[in-house]
Amino acid sequence: MRVEVRDLVLRYGEKTALDGISLSLPENKIYGLLGRNGSGKTSLLSVLAGFRRESAGEVLVDGDPVFENAAVTSRISLIRDVGETTDLGTVDDALFFAEWLREDWDAEFARELLERFKLTRKMTVKTMSTGQRSALGVIIGLAGRAPLTMFDESYLGMDAPARAEFYDVLLADYMANPRTIIMSSHLIEEVSPLFEQVVIIDLGRLVVHEEAQTLLARGISVTGAAAPVDAFTEGLTVLGSRQLGATKSVMVYGDLDEARRREAAAAGLELGPIAMQDLFLHLTVDPR
Amino acid sequence: MFDDRSPIYRQIADRIKADVLSETLKGDEQVMSTNQYAAFYRINPATAAKAFQQLVDEGVLYKKRGIGMFVSPDARESLRAARRESFFAEVVDPMVAEAKAIGVPLGEVVGRINELGSR
Repeated sequence: MRVEVRDLVLRYGEKTALDGISLSLPENKIYGLLGRNGSGKTSLLSVLAGFRRESAGEVLVDGDPVFENAAVTSRISLIRDVGETTDLGTVDDALFFAEWLREDWDAEFARELLERFKLTRKMTVKTMSTGQRSALGVIIGLAGRAPLTMFDESYLGMDAPARAEFYDVLLADYMANPRTIIMSSHLIEEVSPLFEQVVIIDLGRLVVHEEAQTLLARGISVTGAAAPVDAFTEGLTVLGSRQLGATKSVMVYGDLDEARRREAAAAGLELGPIAMQDLFLHLTVDPR
Repeated sequence: MFDDRSPIYRQIADRIKADVLSETLKGDEQVMSTNQYAAFYRINPATAAKAFQQLVDEGVLYKKRGIGMFVSPDARESLRAARRESFFAEVVDPMVAEAKAIGVPLGEVVGRINELGSR
């Protein structure tokens, strides 16, 4: 499903959580939604899922408004950070409700996922660990095959092997059954290779919406003696800098053409990539 | 040239080029699909597809519509020629610079080369 958001505003009383976001997400891609705590990620996903009504602006999924539109929301799945939201009953009950809600539910796939994540149907949701509940959320999100599936930090308490399992199975199932997937995560380095496009929001506003690889290519570290580094980076968008004795490293954001790269090499400067995590840190504002 | 700012592209491209050079992948042989590469490297299939597209643009691979990607018949020879062209600049010159920097006499380096060459 494709997502169109125009001038979206969401207010909780006096507080403005989303402050005029416009976004256009073509269908069947994996999107990374990145933002600091309190940036509005969960608010945005909640509006996209129809859990909350926008205060102003427009939210369209496949051209239709989302809020209180059952025909659309039945095809949208949002898995929250706590995984399965209901505390009642067993894993089997949770799967029963998911199957009842989701027209594209794949029961065989759900069975396979239970085994992969080492859950059994008899487990009581209330007594499960955070990691197990996250895994249950992941299973419901994946087996639901909703045309718009969103995972909001759906990895809490999952250990590294379980997360790797999640990424592998998500990727394999996405390739077999393409659909629109939006993932928010703070574990940026490990999850960002899955993204085709990245959306970064900060303080309720859109900062970046870009192809993941383009974003990575735009972030460049320039390292060398301080004076030539300063001369070279003059006029570029500087995200940050560090200095160690006479050596300086400056992070810039923008396109450097071949001529500029040769110029850097001639000046004895080293150009290197910047990790997604560092780009993210420098493109958003520290709230403290 | 591959974009040196994009580690994932380069990893895939280097792997395929190495396989072509070592003849693990032969001319006109089909390479694994973008989806198989995506699963192996745990990356988005669109990213893998872009790496493949760059290899097509470089002439290492060619496409057969509806079937997949294949190694160009002359890929190995052109990769070897390209490597030969950059061999001195990328391999020999840095080695000589390193030898000078740490005080290994160049005579010893030449001696070692002759010794390895006559084996």
